[in-house]
Amino acid sequence: MKTLKLIFLSSLGRKYVMAISGALLFLFVIGHMLGNLQIFLGKDFLNAYAHFLKATPELLWPARIGLLVLAILHIVTAVQLAIENRRARPLAYDGTKIYAASFAAQAILFSGLVVLAFIVYHLLHFTFGKIQPEALTYTVMYKGEPIHDVYKMMVMGFSNPWISAIYLICMGLLCLHLSHGVSSLFQSLGWKTNAYRNAIDKFAKISALIIFLGNCAIPVAILLGLVK
Amino acid sequence: MSETTMNLTLRVWRQKNAQSAGTFVEYEAKNISVDMSFLEMLDVVNEELTARGEDPIAFDHDCREGICGMCSLTINGKAHGPLEATTTCQLHMRSFKNGDAITVEPWRAKPFPVIKDLVTDRSAFDRIIQVGGFVSVSTGGAPDGNALPIPKTDADAAMDAAQCIGCGACVAACKNASAMLFVAAKVGHLGLLPQGQTERDRRVLHMVAQMDEEGFGNCTNIGSCSAVCPKEIGQDFISRLNRDFLKASLRAK
Amino acid sequence: MTLESNVPSGPLAHKWSKYKQEQKLVNPANKRKFEVLIVGSGLAGASAAATLAELGYNVKCFCFQDSPRRAHSIAAQGGINAAKNYRNDGDSIYRLFYDTIKGGDFRAREGNVHRLAEVSVNIIDQCVAQGVPFAREYGGLLDNRSFGGAQVSRTFYARGQTGQQLLLGAYQALSRQIGLGTVKMYPRTEMLDLVLINGEAKGIVVRDLITGAISSHGGDAVVLATGGYGNVFYLSTNAQGCNVTATYRAYKKGAYFANPCYTQIHPTCIPVSGDHQSKLTLMSESLRNDGRVWVPKTAGDTRLPQDIPEGDRDYYLERKYPSYGNLAPRDIASRAAKEACDNGLGVGPGGRGVYLDFSDAIKRLGEDKIRERYGNLFEMYERITGENAYQRPMRIYPAVHYTMGGLWVDYNLMSNIPGLFVLGEANFSDHGANRLGASALMQGLADGYFVLPYTIANHFASTKQHKPSTDAAEFKEAEQEVEARIKKLLSINGKRTVNDFHRELGKLVWDKCGMARNDAGLKEALARIPALREEFWENVNVLGDAEALNPALERAGRVADFMEFAELLCLDALHRKESCGGHFREEYQTEDGEAQRNDEEFSYVAAWGYSGVGNAPVLNKEPLVYEEVHMTQRSYK
Repeated sequence: MKTLKLIFLSSLGRKYVMAISGALLFLFVIGHMLGNLQIFLGKDFLNAYAHFLKATPELLWPARIGLLVLAILHIVTAVQLAIENRRARPLAYDGTKIYAASFAAQAILFSGLVVLAFIVYHLLHFTFGKIQPEALTYTVMYKGEPIHDVYKMMVMGFSNPWISAIYLICMGLLCLHLSHGVSSLFQSLGWKTNAYRNAIDKFAKISALIIFLGNCAIPVAILLGLVK
Repeated sequence: MSETTMNLTLRVWRQKNAQSAGTFVEYEAKNISVDMSFLEMLDVVNEELTARGEDPIAFDHDCREGICGMCSLTINGKAHGPLEATTTCQLHMRSFKNGDAITVEPWRAKPFPVIKDLVTDRSAFDRIIQVGGFVSVSTGGAPDGNALPIPKTDADAAMDAAQCIGCGACVAACKNASAMLFVAAKVGHLGLLPQGQTERDRRVLHMVAQMDEEGFGNCTNIGSCSAVCPKEIGQDFISRLNRDFLKASLRAK
Repeated sequence: MTLESNVPSGPLAHKWSKYKQEQKLVNPANKRKFEVLIVGSGLAGASAAATLAELGYNVKCFCFQDSPRRAHSIAAQGGINAAKNYRNDGDSIYRLFYDTIKGGDFRAREGNVHRLAEVSVNIIDQCVAQGVPFAREYGGLLDNRSFGGAQVSRTFYARGQTGQQLLLGAYQALSRQIGLGTVKMYPRTEMLDLVLINGEAKGIVVRDLITGAISSHGGDAVVLATGGYGNVFYLSTNAQGCNVTATYRAYKKGAYFANPCYTQIHPTCIPVSGDHQSKLTLMSESLRNDGRVWVPKTAGDTRLPQDIPEGDRDYYLERKYPSYGNLAPRDIASRAAKEACDNGLGVGPGGRGVYLDFSDAIKRLGEDKIRERYGNLFEMYERITGENAYQRPMRIYPAVHYTMGGLWVDYNLMSNIPGLFVLGEANFSDHGANRLGASALMQGLADGYFVLPYTIANHFASTKQHKPSTDAAEFKEAEQEVEARIKKLLSINGKRTVNDFHRELGKLVWDKCGMARNDAGLKEALARIPALREEFWENVNVLGDAEALNPALERAGRVADFMEFAELLCLDALHRKESCGGHFREEYQTEDGEAQRNDEEFSYVAAWGYSGVGNAPVLNKEPLVYEEVHMTQRSYK
């Protein structure tokens, strides 16, 4: 009980909440990207994968609920901490220069909020079908029964350059968010010792870049007509 | 105008006391020698103000050799001014050039309220030490100093942290006004030594709780604190503090 | 009047044990009935406050800085001596005792110095237990270095920041007690008067530096640990706030001021660069372990130091003092530098500087080793002068650094006013006419951790009278005096600033009563000081309010006291017609320019009693009796 109090009420404890929820969301982003990259293996692969997820509610729902909880923890804690941080300096300096801070670190809250907005948009787009309502209606035959044609949905969706542009911009901000966030989570958990400091910073930047490239590959390939 | 003197324009934060609102006031500093320290330059300005019958600028200072931790100015937006690893009292005017405009502000943080002009109240740091920044040994009865060998690397690392002068530049520079580096330095210093082990959990839990209570902001792992620290205390100690607090939280009963 | 030192009888080595065996104690339940007021929170004050609180006394501790951690002890660099003999190089308690007596030019009290050497070993143990990160060897044991005035390695250190680490150790012990509620700390509070009731020290009057409020605190004893008076010289290595006010106020209330003319000039400071200079910066004397001091052999040699060949350099310390060489004691090294500069051989702006050269050490040990040993000092030097001392020699010049004189105390560290204890640099007791390097930290901590806790118990056990009410007339009177003085300072509205007066006073005292003194110069100073003081009280300009933070007002009060104290300093220097340690009278020197003592006439402590501003103080003598050591002409050749 005391441990929980320390974790959820103290300044440092809430950094662990940020770090652990962030780490798990980071792993999800990687998994999500790998799943989607199956688009390059062909229509059947991607649709089979999507169907497998849909047809396995014992996997899908815990994952969805888990992600929701993680996202809420991450966002609520971030906002709480940010409000406290503002309060800790009621009167700002003349000309706010933040010394020795990377751009990614300074923009972490902004990039996070944009990513949040993007997640909502992304869910409305591909999960709830509110952006392009026809997207959820495509079907394709799989093992003798009709299933949702995710491949077609993606191709159709990203063929719209405006939508692709939104995705690309948001992936850029996600990349920025992760390039500080991933190295920061090691620091928050106390694993970023001097021996690994540079390696961790590199890992964060490289993994953020891979996620950016991987995710952007899809809309770019579709726009260029490489995936039809 | 010879090359060894300069004229400057200062914009200095003037605030009568904790209750009143402050404002910037401009002053001319003329014939300032390059060999003066920044505080000696302020002395000159104050002498002129006094001669004109104007209230001199109040600022904290004492040893003027970079170790007492009393001086504390944010100069052109940077705590302790432009040089690395340097307190304001050790900053010399050769770091500036003729005609420069220099903005001088107090440390700004809720737990460091302004007392007057550039003087702030940093007693929050004392209160953090008072709840656990020590080894509980009363005078007398200590074993022989050599009874407990300590690896040189540990003693050196402890010394790296123990050098903290408690000036508060870390708080002043942090965009969140966080006191993590200050707390991390003391937790690191004592946590690296065998003498500090018995109270290690208790110390970190109490000091962090007090830090939170004082109203400092939260660390966002940016590193401004280490960048302005006159003693160059590194981010490693913050990582260590995080680790210690995590372990202590998990073991807390 | 002859003063009684109250040193216990018996063999020197057993005096302190005997004292402890025979002293009276206060039982634990009674301790909390006693309230101790401690002024100052440096090594002596903080260690005393922490230790007395641990023992169960009620303690109030006052300091003018914003935190007890900022006391000027923090600036001590080199180290702390202790007779541990960890090096197996022949050190012992007796040798530390003897070195200290000899270093003090046979003007210190034997009993006190032996006790200091005895408890020195406990200090190291205590500090290690507190977590002070002393330098260590690869085997994990404590490292030592050698220091001026000693032929053994007995100095413990923490990089070049030993004072800082020891003070933080004491500060942490004090903080623990503040956290436990046994010490009430009053930062940004300055003592402005001592209050006596029935002839005993029973309280103080203080000013809250933020609100300006004047208030009284009563206690069963008052402990002054307020440091030295080096700032009477204006330029010194002391912090800006260091002052004589607390001890001078006590002097005015009847405490004797002993040996004020014993002032120490530190040989390795950074030379003055101009009139704007507000303080001088010391670099640890430990630099002399590896640096060689020299000047050009011919006056007016304008070549860069690196261009001057060996043959044209005078390594004057090595030449004059072959066995100690560059490690000759501070007073000797300082005077030798002055002599070289007086002869026109000085280097740098104004010719007031000598070289301290590391090129041989860098050749022998490598730059990395030198960086490891003195890195922070080299950085400090570069920040101040803009020169890189790895590539060219440092320029150094002596500066006022420490004051051996202070309030007179007996073996109990109690002044002639019962209940007034004085610790550390503020008292006169242990260093005689000259202090050895790395002994100030030792004395401050010895007094606070290991001496006062015993002697104050002895005092309390033999007194009955308890803490007075601050409503007593004596307190009200003192408060009114303090308020009147502040009002007066603010009402003068003259033409000159406090700093201006201080600078003039300091220059006068430095010129006439600095590294070398003579009859005519001292008389001149004694004639000029009262006039300057008079002008101060008529023409000083102090702005602002009494009821707010007012640094100029604080400073004005301190300088006003220096204006009176300077006279006492010069008077003592004039009266002591001999040279000893830090007190060098030009008339009294050997043929080769060494200090010449006059043991026949001056082997005593001069303890001055106050008799009104401008009146000649009364000289009281404590004869110095040497039971153990044989007084010799100090020689470091």
